[in-house]
Amino acid sequence: MKKWLNVLEQNKRLQAVVIAVYIVITFISLYFAQKSVVAFLLLLSSLLLLYFTTFSNRVKWLIGIVVLSILLPLAASQGEAYQSYMEVATLVGIYIAMALGLNIVVGLAGLLDLGFVAFFAIGAYTYGIFATTQANNFMPFGTYPLSGESFWIFLIIGCIVAAIFGILLGVPVLRVKGDYLAIVTLGFGEIIRIIFNNLDKPINITNGAMGLASVQPPKLFGIEFMYPSQFYYVVLVILLLTIFVVRRLEYSKIGRAWKAVRENEIAAQAMGIPLVRTKLMAFAIGASFSGMMGVVFAAKQTFVDPTSFTLLESITILVMVILGGMGSVPGVILGAALVTILNLQVLTELTNWLNQLSLSGVVSIPDALSPAKMQRFIFGVILILFALYRPQGLLPAKNPRFDEKELKNGTTNMVGKEEAKDVYFNG
Amino acid sequence: MVEHVLQTLPQVVIDGLALGAVYAIVALGYTMVYGILELINFAHGEIFMTGAFVGTAILLSFSAFGWLSSMPILLALLLVLVATSITTGLLGMGIERVAYRPLRNAPKLITLITAIGISFLLQDFVRFVTELKKGNYILTGPSLFTEQVSISASSIWSGFHDASVKSSFFIVLVTAVIMMVTLDFFVNKTKWGMAMRAVAQDRETAALMSVNVNKVIALTFFIGSALGGATGVLFAIQYGTIDPYIGFILGLKAFTAAVLGGIGNIRGAMFGGIVLGLLEMFAAANLPIVSNGILGAEYKDVFAFSILIIVLIFKPEGLFGKVSVEKV
Repeated sequence: MKKWLNVLEQNKRLQAVVIAVYIVITFISLYFAQKSVVAFLLLLSSLLLLYFTTFSNRVKWLIGIVVLSILLPLAASQGEAYQSYMEVATLVGIYIAMALGLNIVVGLAGLLDLGFVAFFAIGAYTYGIFATTQANNFMPFGTYPLSGESFWIFLIIGCIVAAIFGILLGVPVLRVKGDYLAIVTLGFGEIIRIIFNNLDKPINITNGAMGLASVQPPKLFGIEFMYPSQFYYVVLVILLLTIFVVRRLEYSKIGRAWKAVRENEIAAQAMGIPLVRTKLMAFAIGASFSGMMGVVFAAKQTFVDPTSFTLLESITILVMVILGGMGSVPGVILGAALVTILNLQVLTELTNWLNQLSLSGVVSIPDALSPAKMQRFIFGVILILFALYRPQGLLPAKNPRFDEKELKNGTTNMVGKEEAKDVYFNG
Repeated sequence: MVEHVLQTLPQVVIDGLALGAVYAIVALGYTMVYGILELINFAHGEIFMTGAFVGTAILLSFSAFGWLSSMPILLALLLVLVATSITTGLLGMGIERVAYRPLRNAPKLITLITAIGISFLLQDFVRFVTELKKGNYILTGPSLFTEQVSISASSIWSGFHDASVKSSFFIVLVTAVIMMVTLDFFVNKTKWGMAMRAVAQDRETAALMSVNVNKVIALTFFIGSALGGATGVLFAIQYGTIDPYIGFILGLKAFTAAVLGGIGNIRGAMFGGIVLGLLEMFAAANLPIVSNGILGAEYKDVFAFSILIIVLIFKPEGLFGKVSVEKV
């Protein structure tokens, strides 16, 4: 087995054959077996396989983009399950972007944030309020709902508003650290949820617990985005952009400052890193990704209410980051994909299957045990097991290695960048 | 406005005291563990919740066997309290052994994550068991101590309205005081208490002085969790209905209380708990009136968390805490 892997690792042509065969087989199986979730997941996992190949980064990206933007939708579009597959893929994308945002705060800067979903809520409400008639209640000028074209502007507005709230949270919180920070952010998340839940008087801004219904769908060149298959492409584009930005940030000056603060705050300060600015940047940038995805989420669901933004959601995103590997971009992507699919597909499928079994009288499973309800339990177990036995996560973060000789020869940048790219690739 | 606030004051104070007593004892659990390990035992709120469920389950089986009517009710309460606190105490020790001890030298972040994991696991586990047995995870225990006692506050000053309380209020208060006094005595006057204080001061040096550090930490978890579990029973008796998700927010508020009094300080935790309970009840009763109906009673939680944030920012050592100097 090990020998085979070694041979495979050395031979690029063999790798190409293997991955091509894999993609073709899973593509065909999804094409013909429309209802098979397994085929869908197998096709998706070709990206993970791709991550472990030794191709150059550009090739990996190209294949990845082709699979995601052409092959996957094409194979899935052959039957009635198309929209539900695309729905899952869209949600996976949304969660990946959020997990990448939290990864900046927790994984890179080492600030444990347990109220992260608050920024998601802020983004969702920013679009939700103005894309429904709700805004008429308190905005003296303009007519609402705004048309679907405004969605694209709101992507940026949502980003900015969430970033502002990130800074607002950051400013008071900067004086506390460690466990205290976790508790304060948790409190902040709860405060935001309670406020959204009750901001229907004296002026009706969020419509309280009733939520905002019939949010305008986005519009581009006269086409209304109604179906998950359309949102899939929106999310894909934003996601690629996010991954690009995150990878750029990680190896920039600020990224290194975050890591330094994470490792030792006092030493980092002594080396001249401005602590306040560094931490605030982490909060603001992390929050902005989340806010942007909140806008997409509101437009996709066409409904926003406070129940989507509970502590469970914050923990879910944290689980993604820890499962994948704190600070590791490909790891976080893998973690987010796994957790979302586990929640949306595996647990629901298992529940349906068990229900069928008990209906047909094979075994009787009590309703209380239905896997869909065991989400917290599973998350708890994942958190404990990973913290105890694999705190670095599934794909641990690696720092780029530099070759001393080549550094001295003055080809620093080339080597450093190439290495960095090799280590980090979207899984 | 002021008149109305004053009229309802006696009732507010009484409700606040009951809630504050609950907060105070749960806060003790946080404070003890923090004092000794410098770790926020996130799962403590869930231990409290488990205690409420275990206690209610025992009470329910008592009444199913018909023992509840045949034995003196105080004896039943005592039995339930003892049984529950032993159960939750062992649970707390188990949690420490499984999730905290292997990570004692790991970064704080990792321990905090296992703690969150434990608390999620416990929530769902309790929900699962209850739902399996009862078909519904919201549980209502047998009602004990339900006779209403009216307190004629108006005889003290005519501006007050009379207040009325369930007699369980007195049970909660008395039990809470007994628990707190006993704990205070235990920590300050006994040999084990001295060992606990020694470990809290400096783990390594205490170990050199032949203190069994692991045993002391296990004992701390046992006592803290036992108190938390017993408080859960009191909570269930006082408020009637419980569900598996009460622990988290209540735990958070108890933590607020601990921070308010100065975390690591046992008397501070008691004080903070009572103050927070009173403040919260005051806010719940008076926020709508003071703000002309703009802010409803729902904002009482916002109020509690705001206190937490403000205290942490301006006086992180709490009201009775010592300023800790960071070692480099």
